[in-house]
Amino acid sequence: MDQPLPFAVTLDPGSSLANQTGTWRTERPRYLDRLPPCNDACPAGENIQQWLYHAEEGDYFTAWQKLMEDNPLPGVMGRVCYHPCEDACNRAQLDEAVGIHAVERFLGRQAWKNGWTPAFAAEPSGKRVLVVGAGPSGLAAAYHLTRLGHAVTIREAGPMAGGMMRFGIPKYRLPREVLDYEIQRILDMGVTLELNSKVEDIEAAFRNEGFDAIFVAVGAHLAKRIDIPANAAAGILDAVSLLRDMETGAEPPQLGRRVIVYGGGNTAMDVARTAKRLGVDEPMIVYRRSREEMPAHDFEAAEAEEEGVMIHWLRTIKQIDATTFTVEKMEIDASGRPQPTGAFETLEADTLILALGQDADTAFLERVEGVELAGDGTVSVNGQMMTGREGLFAGGDMVPSERTVTVAVGHGKKAARHIDAWLRGESYEKPEKHEIAAFDRLNTWYYDDAPQTVQPALDLVRRQSGFEEVQRGLTDDNALFEARRCLSCGNCFECDNCYGICPDNAVEKLGPGNGFEFKYDYCKGCGMCAAECPSGAIKMEPEDI
Amino acid sequence: MLKQLEGSQAVAEAVAFCRPEVVCAYPITPQTHIVEGVGALVKAGTLENCEYINVESEFAALSVAIGASAAGARAYTATASQGLLFMAEAVYNAAGLGLPIVMTIGNRAIGAPINIWNDHTDSMSMKDSGWIQLFAENNQEAVDLHIQAFRLAEELSCPVMVCMDGFILTHAYERIDVPAQEEVDAFLPPFEPVQVLDPVEPYSIGAMVGPDAFTEVRYLAHDKQLQALRLIPEIAEVFKDVFGRESGGLLHPYRTEDAETVVIALGSVNGTIKEVIDQMRDDGAAIGSLSICSFRPFPYQAIAAALAGAKRVVVIEKSLAPGHGGMVASDVRMALGQKDIPVYTAIAGLGGRPITAASLMEVFTAAAEDRLPDMQFLDLDYAAVEHEIARARATRRSGPTAENVLRQLSPRHPAAKI
Amino acid sequence: MTEPTTRQRIRFYQTGTHTVGNRLLDETKRTVQASMARANAITSGHRACQGCGEALGARYALDSVMRATDGQMVAINATGCLEVFTTPYPETSWQIPWLHSLFGNAPAVATGVAAALRVKGRDGVRVIAQGGDGGTTDIGFGCLSGMFERNDDVLYICYDNEGYMNTGVQRSSATPPTARTATTPALGEQPGNVFGTGKNLPLIAMAHNIPYVATASVADLHDLEAKVSKAMSFRGARYIHIMVPCPLGWGSAADATIRIARMAVESGFFPLFEAEYGEITASNKIRRRVPVSEYLKLQRRFAHLFKKGPDGEEDTEGLDRLQKMADANIARFNLLDDGIAQGTS
Repeated sequence: MDQPLPFAVTLDPGSSLANQTGTWRTERPRYLDRLPPCNDACPAGENIQQWLYHAEEGDYFTAWQKLMEDNPLPGVMGRVCYHPCEDACNRAQLDEAVGIHAVERFLGRQAWKNGWTPAFAAEPSGKRVLVVGAGPSGLAAAYHLTRLGHAVTIREAGPMAGGMMRFGIPKYRLPREVLDYEIQRILDMGVTLELNSKVEDIEAAFRNEGFDAIFVAVGAHLAKRIDIPANAAAGILDAVSLLRDMETGAEPPQLGRRVIVYGGGNTAMDVARTAKRLGVDEPMIVYRRSREEMPAHDFEAAEAEEEGVMIHWLRTIKQIDATTFTVEKMEIDASGRPQPTGAFETLEADTLILALGQDADTAFLERVEGVELAGDGTVSVNGQMMTGREGLFAGGDMVPSERTVTVAVGHGKKAARHIDAWLRGESYEKPEKHEIAAFDRLNTWYYDDAPQTVQPALDLVRRQSGFEEVQRGLTDDNALFEARRCLSCGNCFECDNCYGICPDNAVEKLGPGNGFEFKYDYCKGCGMCAAECPSGAIKMEPEDI
Repeated sequence: MLKQLEGSQAVAEAVAFCRPEVVCAYPITPQTHIVEGVGALVKAGTLENCEYINVESEFAALSVAIGASAAGARAYTATASQGLLFMAEAVYNAAGLGLPIVMTIGNRAIGAPINIWNDHTDSMSMKDSGWIQLFAENNQEAVDLHIQAFRLAEELSCPVMVCMDGFILTHAYERIDVPAQEEVDAFLPPFEPVQVLDPVEPYSIGAMVGPDAFTEVRYLAHDKQLQALRLIPEIAEVFKDVFGRESGGLLHPYRTEDAETVVIALGSVNGTIKEVIDQMRDDGAAIGSLSICSFRPFPYQAIAAALAGAKRVVVIEKSLAPGHGGMVASDVRMALGQKDIPVYTAIAGLGGRPITAASLMEVFTAAAEDRLPDMQFLDLDYAAVEHEIARARATRRSGPTAENVLRQLSPRHPAAKI
Repeated sequence: MTEPTTRQRIRFYQTGTHTVGNRLLDETKRTVQASMARANAITSGHRACQGCGEALGARYALDSVMRATDGQMVAINATGCLEVFTTPYPETSWQIPWLHSLFGNAPAVATGVAAALRVKGRDGVRVIAQGGDGGTTDIGFGCLSGMFERNDDVLYICYDNEGYMNTGVQRSSATPPTARTATTPALGEQPGNVFGTGKNLPLIAMAHNIPYVATASVADLHDLEAKVSKAMSFRGARYIHIMVPCPLGWGSAADATIRIARMAVESGFFPLFEAEYGEITASNKIRRRVPVSEYLKLQRRFAHLFKKGPDGEEDTEGLDRLQKMADANIARFNLLDDGIAQGTS
């Protein structure tokens, strides 16, 4: 105040900065990352919100690299994953879930089109890891272990890599060139793949070949059987064998005009639709429970029905006489179980395909000391995915869990981290999960509803199941559009709301990509920033007084 | 150049020579002719580069002047009576902000009862507002004081009121020496404010000041007035050099040498007073007068010095502070300090009542013989007021006092019917 | 996406369409408030209450003027909260040239400043006058109307928090019916402010046929900035009436200021519209309509409207009448019809 001004009635600009109003505060705001429900739901542990963030900017390369940090198979996953992320998506409560899988698939294609390779920089560890089985779990483990600097050899008993991605999922859901491309990209990172190479002796691999760790992920290929009284039965096949034969190029079996598929899982749907594609006139599914209880996803049943598959709900096959199938009607009891009603009817079919699930073929592990096997052949692993045998890890369909490609890929990543830690004599500690960014944490006022003019385009996106290659994937335009529908739940997306709406100018904007900082010298703790943060990335906490 | 002019028109021309940049106009008798005159000069293009703004009230008039002055323009307005009271808040504000606005007061009584004629109650109501108040004795001085007022205001950064008696001066045609533009330009430099509202220097002006600095701010306002005591005579001296005549200054003593009785008054009544003094001097009375030109700041020392040889003082007051008496007399008493002589107060000319030479002569003569009461009302109709006082005592009755008085006055005072 | 104003709805950019900023947009199309280079006409350290809507509204408006005029502006402030909390000696929060004179004369002072600038040949510097609702609709009304009718080159901004908050929450002519204030207590037959009183200053401003009149809300920054920019594209008298919730006077949570302002707009209680030369040219459409009770129940000054009688009976007469006021606004200002193009861009 040494200005030659009229005393006291005139003040220097901005001199109130001397008055630190932060002392008024009883609550302080804090920036935090809450866990987006999509990330929380992703079995592969993808940071979906983060890669969508980059995709929103049209930076597909960075988006893809972020995606690749968790999942080596975006092209595959974008098609075959049942996207639990979308079931969890908060946007569904606003209008419709973000088509995450469609954007993922789009990124997969961008990578292919542009020949992108995953960026990683790890010092070679000098350790060698054997992966048994070239299915999604094994491939994912090999990929992540390579990123971590370890030398990986995959041994696959079959003639081709891919496991159930190839032998369990029909081509129309997953074009083989996509699968081949993404597997090759893993191999190009330096992974050794040995086909037709069944591992029988784990201890020998440790002892004689000097592998430092082994990850087994041989899947579950043994079709479950069921006893049905049959007189001069029609042909009975199992779904897995049929799908495998389709893949290995074996002569397609003669299925006849009418086929019954027995089971209510995704494989049942796949095989019924495959049968239709093989020329069967009347593919049918017989399932003992109702639509509500079936393990298959509803959209798969719907698509199967659209394609002409007749599903007989609440039926069990009691007897087969030549081509006549006697089925009993069932009822769902109070506890959700099917109960026989004593009412019967008959269906006519030339072939019965059993799709009742698979067991793991883990006989080769029985000889390994310390490994515990359950009655259904699954292997017990601890929290680090290690079996009872030190250094022997297992994952995918052969350990007790949900059997999906995405879960298997997630196992691969998880196992790789634990193997890596174990090889270093450490223990991998999973970072603590942030609290979930639930819908009520958001201030959705700030997101626009999808305008009517773009609704047709949105519908197209919705219809992109990702399972039907007859439909093309997202275009550049609608991929961007779809990515930008992400609400960025729980994570700052630099919308500037906090910076703009603070009545005390107590938020410092640090510039693009750098977010914001609270100026606690001036923040009065009104909480408006938290209330008006669209994504729930600010929390008010009591001030220590 | 000598011209026969109405006082208001002469002042309008003088103001125009001062090149005001913003003039705010709102009509109120008896100052209206002044702003009309300035407006005509603007409209005719004689006064260039001036924004003439017809506002919706006196409060707005001075507020516009405040804004204009704060933004660096030379601002002028004029008002009177109720108008001055209506802008009272802004009057204090302009002084507090130290804005060198010049405002003419065409002095007029304040109602109720409503009265459009001259006395000094309006200016007296603002005597403590922080403005400098200069009283013109005649229209020549009114013209000259306006020219001095702008210079004084801008040198001090303090607003100045030039007070001239309503009708008596504003509407009187006199021969006036109207200055030339070049003379005024030579005397009055362009306005260079100490600070203006300007994006280049974005100060906050008009901040809220609490107990921690308010006293200091008020002290400085007082000190500014004390500086004016020095500046006013200086400027009058410069004025004399440029224009060749004496005008302004703190006081105009008249025949005070060896005077035992000194009459003190503000404004145009001094003309009549001087005539009476001349007569009394002719009769051998030791009497003189002091015309106070600068009422605020009040020239205590100058008055004390002028009264050094006086044995008594008579103050002719054109306003009344009910329950107190005369405000000028009060100030004069304070100027006398330890000097213990009678100070007689004569309240005169309220609401335009003529102050006659005969009445003054009577008062001065009585004063010289020290048979005056401390305070008296010149030419008061004692019968009327005593009757009303008696009636009010007998019949307690609330209601408009003026109505009661008028009822009493009307049979004997036909003029009261107006 | 060629529209220069930020009010343009950012179609296809659902990511923060209505947020202050949007990293996907070109810098020039984001709001002023999103800019690291915004003027911060009011800076930190002011003494406004927590969650003050007026502090926010004033910064929004003046920063926007600063952008529109490239920093060539001065502001005149009426007495009131805004003046008191920004300039207690020896500190000021203003970073713009700012002048406070009196409670009721801000428009006239602004007239004087504009005249001075014009006469000095500096009318590139634009004049803003601002005050609260008391200073605008009540004590400053005469000066405001004078400034309007003379069409002086001044943008007057009223920050309306519906009462005399600085003096302790008394009723003004902008206080809505039923609102409890210190001078309209929630007592007696008609608790709170009575129906059938008050004045609508934007409409009165329009009756002066001045170039531009608009209402705005702190809940819609894009709209507010667009209106301020638009106002600055005119010469002559302009008026913007901004609703600024007052947590203290309204009895609302400090963090609810923007939400309340939003509810006022979305219920139709505070219509957003603009007018040129006395004619309404556009109104903002309600995006997610809410009943007026959603707006009222966030504020303790209306708590008596929701009180149940001794036997649990509800008297909804007050609520019903307020809802009718909102409905009348919706009809009058065409707040639901999509027929009229939005905004002015």
